[in-house]
Amino acid sequence: MRKKLLVGLFALFCVVVAHAQTTVSGKVTDAANGAPLGGVTVKAKGTAVTSVTGADGMYSIKVTSSVKTLVFSYVGFTDMEAPVRGTSVDVALNSAVSNLSEVIVTGFGGSQIKREVTGNIARVKGKDIEYMPTPSVDAALQGKAAGVFVNSQSGKLGQAVTVRVRGNSSISANSQPLYVLDGIPMTSNSQSSYGGATNPLVDLNPNDIESIEVLKDASAGAIFGSRAANGVVLITTKKGRAGKTQVTFNYQTGAAEATKRLAMLNSEEYATLILEGAKYRDDLDGTPLNDPDSWTTYVKDGVMDYYSYGNWSKDPKKTYDWQDAVFQKAPYRQADLQIRGGTDKTKFFSSFQHLEQTGTMVGNELTRTTGRLNIDQKVNDWLDMGVSLSLSRTLNRRLPDDNAFSNPLQAIALMPMNPFTDPNTGLPSGAPPGDINIPLYYNPILSVDYARYAQEVYRTFGNAYFKAYLAKGLTFQTEFGMDYLSQNEEGYFQSQTVRNQTRATRGLGQNRGAFVTNYNTQSYFNYSTVIRKHNISATLGTQYQQSQAKYNFTEGLAFPSDSYQKIASAATISSGSSSQTDFRFLSYFLRGNYTFDEKYIVSASARIDQSSRFGKNSRSGFFPAVSAGWILSNEKFLQDNKLVSFLKLRASFGIVGNAEIGNFPQLGLFSGDAGYAGAAGQRPSQLRNDNLKWETTNQFDIGIDFGILNNRITGEIDYYIKKTDGLLLNVNIPATTGFNSQVRNVGKLENRGFEFVLNTQNLIGAFKWNTSFNIARNIGKVTDIQGQIIEGGVSSMNRVQEGYAVGVFYTPQYAGVDPANGNALFYLNTKNADGSLNKGTTSNYNLAQRVVVGDPNPDYILGITNNFSYKGFDASIFFNGVLGNENNIYGMGRYSSASMLYEDNNTADQLRRWQKPGDITDVPQVRLYRVNGSQASSRYIVDGSYIRLRTVSLGYTFNAKQLSKFKIERLRLYVSAQNLLTFTNYTYWDPEVNADSFDSNIAKGNDFYTSPQPRTILFGVNVGF
Amino acid sequence: MKILINNMSNYFKAALLLGTITLVSCEKRLDIAPTQSIADNLALNTEGDVLVTLVGAYDGAQSGAAYGGDIMVLNDLIGNSTNINFTGTFAGLSDAYQTQMVSDNSFATGTWAACYNTINRCNNVLSAIAKVTSSTAKRNSVEGEALMLRASMYFELVRLYAKFVGDGDYATNPGVPLVLTPTGNVTDANYPARATVKAVYDQVIADLTKAETLLPNSNGNYASKWAAAAQLSRVHLMVRDYAAARDAANRVITGSGKNLAANFGSNWFTFINNAGATPAEYLFSLKVTTQDGTNSQNTYFGRAIGSIPGTAGRSDCKIRPAHIAAYENGDFRKTYFILNGGNNYTLKHLDRFGDVAIIRLAEMFLTRAECNQRLGTTIGATPLADINRIRTRVGLASLLTVTLADITKERSFELAFEGHYLIEAKRLQTPVGTLAWNDAKLILPIPRRETDVNKNLVQNAGY
Repeated sequence: MRKKLLVGLFALFCVVVAHAQTTVSGKVTDAANGAPLGGVTVKAKGTAVTSVTGADGMYSIKVTSSVKTLVFSYVGFTDMEAPVRGTSVDVALNSAVSNLSEVIVTGFGGSQIKREVTGNIARVKGKDIEYMPTPSVDAALQGKAAGVFVNSQSGKLGQAVTVRVRGNSSISANSQPLYVLDGIPMTSNSQSSYGGATNPLVDLNPNDIESIEVLKDASAGAIFGSRAANGVVLITTKKGRAGKTQVTFNYQTGAAEATKRLAMLNSEEYATLILEGAKYRDDLDGTPLNDPDSWTTYVKDGVMDYYSYGNWSKDPKKTYDWQDAVFQKAPYRQADLQIRGGTDKTKFFSSFQHLEQTGTMVGNELTRTTGRLNIDQKVNDWLDMGVSLSLSRTLNRRLPDDNAFSNPLQAIALMPMNPFTDPNTGLPSGAPPGDINIPLYYNPILSVDYARYAQEVYRTFGNAYFKAYLAKGLTFQTEFGMDYLSQNEEGYFQSQTVRNQTRATRGLGQNRGAFVTNYNTQSYFNYSTVIRKHNISATLGTQYQQSQAKYNFTEGLAFPSDSYQKIASAATISSGSSSQTDFRFLSYFLRGNYTFDEKYIVSASARIDQSSRFGKNSRSGFFPAVSAGWILSNEKFLQDNKLVSFLKLRASFGIVGNAEIGNFPQLGLFSGDAGYAGAAGQRPSQLRNDNLKWETTNQFDIGIDFGILNNRITGEIDYYIKKTDGLLLNVNIPATTGFNSQVRNVGKLENRGFEFVLNTQNLIGAFKWNTSFNIARNIGKVTDIQGQIIEGGVSSMNRVQEGYAVGVFYTPQYAGVDPANGNALFYLNTKNADGSLNKGTTSNYNLAQRVVVGDPNPDYILGITNNFSYKGFDASIFFNGVLGNENNIYGMGRYSSASMLYEDNNTADQLRRWQKPGDITDVPQVRLYRVNGSQASSRYIVDGSYIRLRTVSLGYTFNAKQLSKFKIERLRLYVSAQNLLTFTNYTYWDPEVNADSFDSNIAKGNDFYTSPQPRTILFGVNVGF
Repeated sequence: MKILINNMSNYFKAALLLGTITLVSCEKRLDIAPTQSIADNLALNTEGDVLVTLVGAYDGAQSGAAYGGDIMVLNDLIGNSTNINFTGTFAGLSDAYQTQMVSDNSFATGTWAACYNTINRCNNVLSAIAKVTSSTAKRNSVEGEALMLRASMYFELVRLYAKFVGDGDYATNPGVPLVLTPTGNVTDANYPARATVKAVYDQVIADLTKAETLLPNSNGNYASKWAAAAQLSRVHLMVRDYAAARDAANRVITGSGKNLAANFGSNWFTFINNAGATPAEYLFSLKVTTQDGTNSQNTYFGRAIGSIPGTAGRSDCKIRPAHIAAYENGDFRKTYFILNGGNNYTLKHLDRFGDVAIIRLAEMFLTRAECNQRLGTTIGATPLADINRIRTRVGLASLLTVTLADITKERSFELAFEGHYLIEAKRLQTPVGTLAWNDAKLILPIPRRETDVNKNLVQNAGY
């Protein structure tokens, strides 16, 4: 098949048109400052003849006499058309005011002008995310691209981030988009074995990025075939530019704090509530309160005095807010150096970065050092080559996962009268030789002081390419890329942590290695030509990727002393293992674009994917897509319209897949873990499924792109329907087979929604003000799961339920408090004969049926950015919003918003508890150690909507005149703040949350003592030489 | 048109061509294999493969839900609320103890799955038995062991999940599905109906009979000829073929070369006191080492007792004083309990590691005595001699005459808390608490997940 296509391609360029030729030359400058612009594309309008300006801004182009106009285009600048008069044409380009002229990267060497794109591709410029204090690029995308939902999950550094493009399209396969860095599909899945998932994108310096394209619909994504169903994120790093070498140095420093503290009971309030609960029990038992065996006496002596080292009865007001012990003001420092330049033949970009970030929770630190060199070389008139290379080291001192007593934020459960320091020893409360049974639970500060778990990653991204100009309009490019991730995790737990690490009586050391080698090679032809009004381009190529991950683990117990922390000194090697896993993809792809008369556009693409992950009956997948566009504004009836300057209708349909189904899910397997009595043994461990394949998504998209008032207002409106079938599910099979389940492609779900983007230039002139706004609505619905029960999250409250989005909260519905007796009530929600639900209430939890009471998936996501500039001043205000979702606070709520069920400190809202008959409240009566309303229910499913002032910045740039005597070209001073304000009804710390201990496609929106996002304030200086 | 390609060096053209060809021939590279696991078509090709799969079958049988102990624990808890006070928090066991199980009882579900998982492992071994070529003896041993383990699993399943022999017509009563081939692809054939109780017993007897002929006299940690014969004796006893049960027990007693241990107590605590050596009296047992294996009799009957280092357990099964009082004075077995924290625990299951006993030699004497008594024969020895052998070991006076009741009573004391209560009640048709021996509540439910997924399965009455 490939050969036939090749022949066809070659036939295409055997059309020759001859005319008399003249040479036109001139200079291109930046209209803002008159500086020469190198690298500007100069095109003879209506032909395929192009040239490029040199470092000095000079160009020359041979054109036929029929050419009347030259088109100048350059990234970041508005295209300009200039009439050819004589042999010299000089132009001055303006900075881009409308994104319709932006060049959109489409993968495999392809690019399109935004106005001609018929798929749905969101573009985020590197400049828009520059110097944001988020270490990873995915977190920086938040609110910047319509339909791209980002949740940073917690305030821990370097942790995994949830990204969903147009909703969640899978139940059990990975739902994150495919990240492609300069052509290499990146390793983006967590390699962490401790403290929740980490984010391998952290190893990429976001400031190296020129642009990010998010391929959202099937026509844009289909060229990535079986891996495009979750969207594709194309990351392009900065290239060199011909011209004077530019040196930019940026330094920013500041500090971060947790966005919120939670209001907890102080010592007096705690005592009031727990004594109330004890009195309830004593009254029930008929025990006098002052009886030595009463609950009241126990609470006074055995709880409050015991855990305060006897201090409570002496000083009952003394309060320790344990959030003071675990939150900290976290310094932030980052230095960036970028050098960019080149000649007509050699262009380079290089960068260095050093980042030191401290977590807002104690014990969390991230240090990153990166270096990059991108070189493009013109070898001769038919051959270009280039290399890009990035090296990085990321050291992350990790925190335990949220569901660990050693998670610092779990200290919030400790009593407010419990001092941070043991008065007898001067050491942290609970540290030996003091009483290790104080505090109530393990003091997580001990793990900060006496344990360490560090993840160190060395990452190399490298890519080399050759590009040959085979004939006019025809190029052949071949690339070889590598993404090498080398990770070491090292932990040591001293004996002081033994209440938490029970085996650490004489120290516990762990060491784990992960080595992920990911090679990619791809070769493709690109062809483009213009024949009168026909504009044709095509891509044909092949790609091969192989990835191998190797792991090893060693654990040792019993060390001579805490001075020996390497496993070489361990008396017992308690655990060791090594393992490996692989996957490979081989693909062929084809894409064609055809435009007639700059009005009618048709695109088609197809890809064939083969993978080691697919069953032998499904080895090869075919992923086609088509799209079409009609630029109405180029039609006569709109051409001279004063109001509408641009209008395009477009539609697309395509089939893409999700191949993130794990490695070897299709094979019948035996595992070697069935030893017996010291002899090695094997067992059948997985049933074969020769038909197993990718999950398939059919997506339809229809959209309008518009420009109004000379494109001062531009926008996009899209509606899409994404139907996914063949979802992988663990289907129950009879256990008489020797297995409980088999993985099969059987489930179905769909997502549909709309997206709206609006960019406006509100003020132009000396005072500039522009606004970018995007909003998206997505409705997800599971349509078929073949009766499987699929649950997850805190207390299995997230569920996959047909007719609802993936992961809805399914639990009994709380009905408040019975004013007569303080009992918690629940709605029965049993089915009535007519099919309606019985809304009668009961205090018997077991009678209350579970129903869908909330959805962690947002209804709307939005972002709005306002940029201002006046003379040297610039300002930017960026809000993002997530609306219509619920979060689950039951993880901590069952202990700390539970009207003092246990001895844990409670949230201050529990003061609203029922106290006497007639009280109207939603917090039940306090009953020590008697469950009253603290069962899993909708009481703990709360609104998670928020609008957040994500970034705000203010800068001043000194002009060249002011700076000339310092021999610097540019100097900008700025102050910026991240997460400065959050508007939300959320009752716990931060609505942008998902506990790392539970995270899955299904388990979303869970808060489990999860740390809030940081509020960071930075001062920066940016100098250009 | 100017063709730039003419300017290219031939080297580059060659490289281009080569590159394209290399990519096209990549397809073979997609055939990669996992590392910690191997593809099923590579797993059973050599004698070594079959041998390690057999080890895997023992590993399966040893799982906590099967012969790791749950089978015995369920027998004792369902069958013996009068002697045991169960205080554990596992709802599945608590319901079993109170004979109010529901169809998704987690222990009923777990044991079913563990037994069939082991059966599939055995079926894999048997399907590849021809690969064992080093010697006939080796092949016989491997085949015999796999048959022995498979038959044992079916024997336990049919006793727990189906009506007992003697309760209605066992030739028509539904037993459990009989699966005798390894599972490859899932097809309609993998949704079997229940075979009759008789069909299951016929298979079990055939497999054990063959295993006894194939297996060697001694076999280290694995099943020997005498393990198969002892299990066969049990099976015959269940189907009331007393002559065959007697003869099998007699073959074990005379052929195995084993003797009753002089000291009753030396049958347990072997890890704590004897470095994990298998007690000499054990005919069939499964090993638990510090690295591998579960002893769930220890989990539920055991207790961590400060004065005996190494003991462990959840203290769930407390032995009622009435049980202890029922032993004759002077019976060593009466003292084989420990009072700790105000409750009595059996000393049989305090040790977490070592062996989980399935069959001890003492049971064979009791079986031979009972069958001889029932049949009026004296094959091997008189019933009186066999019973007195059991009695004198634990310090009791010899009887002068013996009745069937004496023999079954002796059996219940000797094998107390070793997983026999329910089975003995059903075999002897004696009531269990207030329930008749054949009450539907004394039969485990077919797990709900099984009836949900396999419409060919008929649920037991009462669920």
